[in-house]
Amino acid sequence: MRWRRPRPLAWASVMVLAAVLVLAGCGGRAPSGGGGGGGDGGELTLWTHNAGNKEELAVVNQIVSDFNASQTTHQVKVQAFPQAAYNDAVTAAATARKLPCILDVDAPIVPNWAWAGYLAKLDLPQEMVDKHLPSTLGKWKDELYSIGLYDAALGLFARKSALDAAGVRVATVDQPWTSQEFTQALEKIKASGKFSYVLDLGTGDPVPEWWTYAYSPFLQSFGGDLIDRNTYTTASGVLNGDKAMAWANWLQGLVRNKYTPAKSGTDAFADFVNGKSAMVWSGIWNAGNLEKVKDGVVMPPPDFGTGPKIGGGSWQWAISSGCGNTAGALEYIKFSMNPKYLSAFATKQNVIPATEEAAAITPGWKQGEPKRFFLEESKQFALIRPPTPAYPYITTTFAKAAQDIVAGGDAKKILDQAASDIDQNLKSNDNYGF
Amino acid sequence: MAVTQEMPPRSGLRTDTAVRSRRGGWGHETLMGSLMVTPAVLLLIVFFFIPVALCFALAFTNARLISPEPARIIGFENFSRLFGDPLFWKSLRNTFYFAVVVVPLQSGFALLLALLVNARIRGVNFFRTLYFVPVVTSIVVVSILWRFMYQPDGLVNSMLQALSFNVIQGTDWLNNPAAAMPAIMFMSIWQAVGFHMVIWLSGLQTIPGELYEAAELDGAGKWQQFRYVTWPGLKATRTFILVTITIAALSLFAQINIMTQGGPLDATSTMVFQAVRVGYGQQETAYASTISLVFFVLVLAVSLVQRYLTRERG
Repeated sequence: MRWRRPRPLAWASVMVLAAVLVLAGCGGRAPSGGGGGGGDGGELTLWTHNAGNKEELAVVNQIVSDFNASQTTHQVKVQAFPQAAYNDAVTAAATARKLPCILDVDAPIVPNWAWAGYLAKLDLPQEMVDKHLPSTLGKWKDELYSIGLYDAALGLFARKSALDAAGVRVATVDQPWTSQEFTQALEKIKASGKFSYVLDLGTGDPVPEWWTYAYSPFLQSFGGDLIDRNTYTTASGVLNGDKAMAWANWLQGLVRNKYTPAKSGTDAFADFVNGKSAMVWSGIWNAGNLEKVKDGVVMPPPDFGTGPKIGGGSWQWAISSGCGNTAGALEYIKFSMNPKYLSAFATKQNVIPATEEAAAITPGWKQGEPKRFFLEESKQFALIRPPTPAYPYITTTFAKAAQDIVAGGDAKKILDQAASDIDQNLKSNDNYGF
Repeated sequence: MAVTQEMPPRSGLRTDTAVRSRRGGWGHETLMGSLMVTPAVLLLIVFFFIPVALCFALAFTNARLISPEPARIIGFENFSRLFGDPLFWKSLRNTFYFAVVVVPLQSGFALLLALLVNARIRGVNFFRTLYFVPVVTSIVVVSILWRFMYQPDGLVNSMLQALSFNVIQGTDWLNNPAAAMPAIMFMSIWQAVGFHMVIWLSGLQTIPGELYEAAELDGAGKWQQFRYVTWPGLKATRTFILVTITIAALSLFAQINIMTQGGPLDATSTMVFQAVRVGYGQQETAYASTISLVFFVLVLAVSLVQRYLTRERG
């Protein structure tokens, strides 16, 4: 095709059309003061990740309608997103300065969003904050940016009959299995020959965050970590040191000895319920399904040296920095911290109520009751994922390393590469202000 | 991605416009033409030229998806990091491994199918449709289904066992570093072969029947007819198919993203997959731009080489 000299009229028509399109695009946009965020005119928009989770969304809707009915100054409007698209939606909205006033955030990302300037400090009364489990507080540089109304926890779900038959005791929060007991338990249950797998780790889920949430606590129990928590400026030594190597060898050994599948089925818990595995490493969200197994028990993870560890921190509430009505948003968050709502989440959704007050009014959560296990486990063993803005990079890097280790790669090489990748990212971001 | 089909010059039209521009007048036709092309041009500018320009510029900065700090220019740092990144070399090797296997197999198999369904027999439309069905099915759906089929106790292994009377046991296809890429290649060829079959078919049908009749009169056998009539007659189609399959093969992404996420042990990591993972999952916009830039240059180079090799001689 030959290039011809542009013609004025043709170009003019292009320009006019472009101008029309741009104007049409602008016309629909409401003027928002203070660079977006909404919150003007008494209406506060709230974003939540749980469009796909009816029970949780119902509680959020209940809180909002109670709040709207309780006063006339502020009206909150709920917009629910599917979880898979939620973080992308927030990032896009933040870039376009159109974040809602109130939003929920997955706990480990809070420091990243706080550092990026998306979130405003949460100015809550100290006595309200102190009641909450430490793992439900989202902090960055000693300032509170988010607060969770519940937490989640992982546990070793097992069939008591399988443990009894193998002559293995049930581990408890006060007396968790030692590393040795755990190894013996695996051997004995395997020897009984009744299950395809002794312990299903749930490796069928490809989502990176699951890998970090589920398997980095084992690494921490061995004495390694994702990043050096003294300085937050390097991963070398902690992610690829001797202790991390011990963790990697242990994880590979589980697969090599056929204790756990290299890739679990789509629903590892269903496989457990159906008798394929004797134990499964899964979350509190399956506590309800445990009743399908007639002799189901839940136990804490083993102590591999520095105590049993589980990941802490679930979805938490925050206020965006561009919010035009911070006072109203804060009022909503305070309102939502009422124990009866915490209790509603715990009951409807199978999560840990964030305060003792709420646990006291929730059936099943009082001292000595069955679900109490998760609260005790969370109190004693929960370790939040590294609170650094580097977390999104760390988690994807670690997840890939863990996947490669489970797939049977050279653990030393994989961990060295992961540590050097993380260090490179830290360096190129000037250590994120540490 | 510049695949411009050479159009035969339409002399009438050219003189027409030449006359008009000498007159300096504005025809209705020109105005309508500009108006009609505007939406496509705008979309191209917004969704192609601007992103490409941004990608080129960002590759020399430290831009991140989320950061309170403004991006600063860091020169060739991303490039030196990229060339020292073992995952990049692995992704590059995987990308070319896929292309080198898929391009000849897929185009050859498509030609074979086209020759078969070009026969004038009853029910040929049924077979044409049958081979075309995977093409109109979304690659996402196909990938999800094949992921189930490739499971250790999935359809593929069951069929292998049944057909070989339990001699072949199969493997955990997508979790075996040696088998994962071939498994994805097989599925990709199955999915896309119908499309190129149709293109070959259109090429076959442009070859006049008289040529075959003449060849037959001269005593040419089936193979000679193919070699001296069909094959030369498909020259334009061949170039088009070669270039499109190559580009599609080099930009392998959807299957990887759904079926293996680059694993096991990076055996299926490709350049586009790595760029997306780094850019979105790891928020390193600049580094992802660098990967895209290198990818762009590579694809361009491959396309140019192909254009040169398949050029009109004389």
